[in-house]
Amino acid sequence: MKVKELVEILDGSVIFGEDYLDRDVFKACGSDMMSDVLAFVKEQAVLLTGLVNPQVVRTAEMMDIQCIVFVRGKNPDISIINLAEDREIPLISTNLEMFTSCGRLYEHGLRGGSGV
Amino acid sequence: MQDTVKLHFDVSGNDFTCAGEASGKIKRTLKQLGFDISLVRNVAIAVYEAEINMVIHADGGVIDVDIDSDCITVVLKDRGPGIPDIELAMKEGYSTAPENVRMLGFGAGMGLPNIKKYTDEMNIDTVIGVGTTITLKVYNK
Ligand SMILES: Nc1ncnc2c1ncn2[C@@H]1O[C@H](COP(=O)(O)OP(=O)(O)O)[C@@H](O)[C@H]1O
Ligand SMILES: [Mg+2]
Repeated sequence: MKVKELVEILDGSVIFGEDYLDRDVFKACGSDMMSDVLAFVKEQAVLLTGLVNPQVVRTAEMMDIQCIVFVRGKNPDISIINLAEDREIPLISTNLEMFTSCGRLYEHGLRGGSGV
Repeated sequence: MQDTVKLHFDVSGNDFTCAGEASGKIKRTLKQLGFDISLVRNVAIAVYEAEINMVIHADGGVIDVDIDSDCITVVLKDRGPGIPDIELAMKEGYSTAPENVRMLGFGAGMGLPNIKKYTDEMNIDTVIGVGTTITLKVYNK
């Protein structure tokens, strides 16, 4: 799935990263606990989270995550956006809640780390 | 790569915003040096968890990295409170992190287990009231 398809599926908006919308994502994880995200490496993953702080971007950086989605209409501040620009990680915002966001992406074929 | 590349970082305590800055630089350096992507990621994740610990549990410290073609060694040294029971601290889910740290997405008690998982060697040297030194090694196989 391309990042731009993901934006459509989630009725989302692109906060940063218009240049990266053609990136492919193959896996997804949804969590507000960054250590849980760090526990399992997924190739070409999107991270969905309700947490909004710089450590979300840093976690994504360490994990080579392709895209970050902030759920429940949360919006990152400028320092977070600047960090994401520097690390070249697109930021998406959706008004949908976590469960619904994950459900929609699952419906469209995205899977978790174990592939089920 | 002939010679050892050495990196040094000062990590300030209680600066949650900047926590992970050193880990990011280490990651980018390893990438530039041409190390395999999964090795780079393993080192980055382990050092990041340890750097976060340094900030949330020990009021900062220093990180020294030795990069050889066959092994990456990272030493994280702090002057924090020390770890009273290492075996307990290594358990998944064990955490003394306060609620405000949990609100920031850490404090799930997965840091030390994650560090162990992503490294080939992990040694914790800790003295109560003096500090903790964590030494990590990842081999380039
Ligand atoms: N550098 C450190 N100095 C003092 N205590 C530490 C340090 N690193 C870890 N600890 C202790 O070990 C516990 C477990 O660490 P960790 O697995 O990273 O979980 P978390 O950081 O989520 O609490 C911490 O809650 C803390 O009590
Ligand atoms: Mg930790």
